[in-house]
Amino acid sequence: MNVLVYLVPLALALGGLGLAAFLWAMRSGQFDDLEGAAWRAISDDDLPEDEGKE
Amino acid sequence: MFVRHPAEGVAAMDLVVDGLHCGACISTIEKGLGRVRGVRGARVNLASKRVTVEWDDGALAPEAILDRLSGLGYPAYPFAAAAADSVEAVEERRLLKCLGVAAFGAMNVMLISVALWSGAADSEAWATRDFFHWLSALVVLPTVAYAGRPFFDSAVRALRQATFNMDVPITIGVTLALLLSVAQTLQHGRETYFESAAMLVLFLLAGRFLDSRMRRKTRDVATNLAAIKAEKAIKLTDGGEAVETPIEAVAPGDLVLARAGDRIAVDGIVEDGRSEVDQSLVTGETAPIAVAPGALVYAGALNLTGALRVRVSHAATGTLLDEVNALLGKAVEQRSSYVRLADRASRLYAPVVHLTALTTFLGWLAVGLAWEPALVIAITVLIITCPCALGLAVPAVQVVAASAMFRRGVMLNSGDALERLADVDAIVFDKTGTLTLPQPSLANLVDIAPEDLALAGSLALASKHPLAKAVAAAAGATNPLAAHEFPGQGVTVFHDGKRLKLGSAAYCKAEAEAAEVAARWPDASLIAFRGAPERAVVFAIRQAPRPDAREVVAGLAREGYAIEILSGDRREAVEEVARELGIAHFSAGLKPADKIARLKALRGEGRHVLMVGDGLNDAPALAAANVSISPISAAHLTQAQADAVFLGDRLAPVADALHLARKAKGLMVGNLWLSAIYNLIAVPIAILGFASPLVAALAMSGSSILVTLNALRARSAGARA
Repeated sequence: MNVLVYLVPLALALGGLGLAAFLWAMRSGQFDDLEGAAWRAISDDDLPEDEGKE
Repeated sequence: MFVRHPAEGVAAMDLVVDGLHCGACISTIEKGLGRVRGVRGARVNLASKRVTVEWDDGALAPEAILDRLSGLGYPAYPFAAAAADSVEAVEERRLLKCLGVAAFGAMNVMLISVALWSGAADSEAWATRDFFHWLSALVVLPTVAYAGRPFFDSAVRALRQATFNMDVPITIGVTLALLLSVAQTLQHGRETYFESAAMLVLFLLAGRFLDSRMRRKTRDVATNLAAIKAEKAIKLTDGGEAVETPIEAVAPGDLVLARAGDRIAVDGIVEDGRSEVDQSLVTGETAPIAVAPGALVYAGALNLTGALRVRVSHAATGTLLDEVNALLGKAVEQRSSYVRLADRASRLYAPVVHLTALTTFLGWLAVGLAWEPALVIAITVLIITCPCALGLAVPAVQVVAASAMFRRGVMLNSGDALERLADVDAIVFDKTGTLTLPQPSLANLVDIAPEDLALAGSLALASKHPLAKAVAAAAGATNPLAAHEFPGQGVTVFHDGKRLKLGSAAYCKAEAEAAEVAARWPDASLIAFRGAPERAVVFAIRQAPRPDAREVVAGLAREGYAIEILSGDRREAVEEVARELGIAHFSAGLKPADKIARLKALRGEGRHVLMVGDGLNDAPALAAANVSISPISAAHLTQAQADAVFLGDRLAPVADALHLARKAKGLMVGNLWLSAIYNLIAVPIAILGFASPLVAALAMSGSSILVTLNALRARSAGARA
């Protein structure tokens, strides 16, 4: 049962990591626009030859 | 006034963008704005159809951004995020944060509890059991202390005002369960209820969060709509310069210019200029009224013939923004009679809950049980009887139904409209502006040669006359001819070697043709066009029925609603529309008092009457009916009187509202029964001690979730439900 000494804190730490990630995502506005992100992923914004396009 | 200053030297503005719908729009707007000098950045929010733009303060005028956006093909409208909106957003974020924390706590404590249930609790190794209990306490106590705050705060607020709400038993139950669990842990006991408390908080938070998000989304849509529809006024500065200004920025005492053909945006007194105004939207009176300096004009009136300078007496009140906000605020806040019933039940019920729990505790003590198991049973009773399901039963349905109606273009104005709509079995329509479109249109389009229509349309553009405007709109004309107008007769021009004339039948010498057309369209106003000496055409301009009016009326009739028209208009006009829409019962030439008398007669027959009307003359009739609906084009007073307002050119929202209301009422009653039955079954079980606090928490949350899910069905009532 001594393995619990490692496993329980590990479980809590992993859970805590998830919670921290969630709070970060919320604070940085990741949930503000759930539709736009899907489109941004496929837009060609980062290509160099986008000059002249409007 | 819409510009914010998020940081030193930075200005920002929020805009609602029309026509924003896909990924291409995002990059077009963000890049297009990014190229404007001085703009620091633009961020599109596709879900809410809004753009936030930031620029170096003073580097450019906010108008330049609007111009740039409309140049890109996206007309944009500034809006000030309302204070209530941000308060709600903060509350929602707080709930979401609590929900995240509660989910973390509940998941981890369940992990430990599964170990306890599967044997660790019963094993002789009490050290392991205690370790798990302490671990649970370590996770749950901080979790509940943080995530339970929304309930604790609300309970404390209620107790301070010496009232009960649903949060009081929740708070007491959770606190007692936790205290008992800690006591058990200290005494190396077997039973703790940490996981019950965590799960209870998690489920309750989930319900609250969904509720709050639904309300905020509805409000967001309304704000966008209001910004897009926001009226503009042309303000005259002291220097005599004309500036187009959003109506919110116009103050009483300002001077505004109303051009011929514009809708007057403010209430005020004419300082200069003579004109005729069409106040049909305000008073229902269709004949134009002559105005001169000193005359009062009202917002919403159409300025027909000449430019007016108007000194503003009231501005920014009675605008669509105010109305929509007010309507929505009312719809969200006003409590229906069912809600009041549920509220009262909850209030009466809460003390009963506490008393029952206390009696159970004392009862078991008297029977001879030790205080600890007795307390556990009492806590179980407290949690299981918590009237959450009862409290949710009606408001949940209401919120869902109200937002479903909103998406179909109906805004509820009064809280109990839903229930009254559900009882309706007779529908009375006004004709003008209700069954028909508010703007007149060309009726005999198919009889007219396209080249005649095109020429007539270009000629019509030169005139401000309402009938000419309808011709121009039907032709889709964009190039005006430099015509000369003879007031009261018509317009004429010499074009391509021919004399073109558009005007009254007499002016165009087309009396014979006019008589022919008049016979076919008895309710139409006529305007003639002579494009060549030998040929004249006569346009019949009438108020056409809303495009889907026929199907909607037929559908409603099929469903067993008694339908009739009560109109103040001429008999021929009403008869024509009634025939076209297949409505057998109609009355024409009625005064407001006649309409009320007819409605009273219908109600006297035991009918529940829905009145649909728009004119100011309908306002008393709307009040006399059991329930009433107005189109958004209706006069302000009429809208204020109506129980619901519908948007758009189609009549379908009226039918949708009826369907949704029927469905919603059924669900409300069903929900009340569900929660009553749940309590009838669960409470005796809990009192007799057959349920543990965990089972109670699951049952209670389960019943709340059941009721909420049931309420969500109100959304799916389709057009043919």
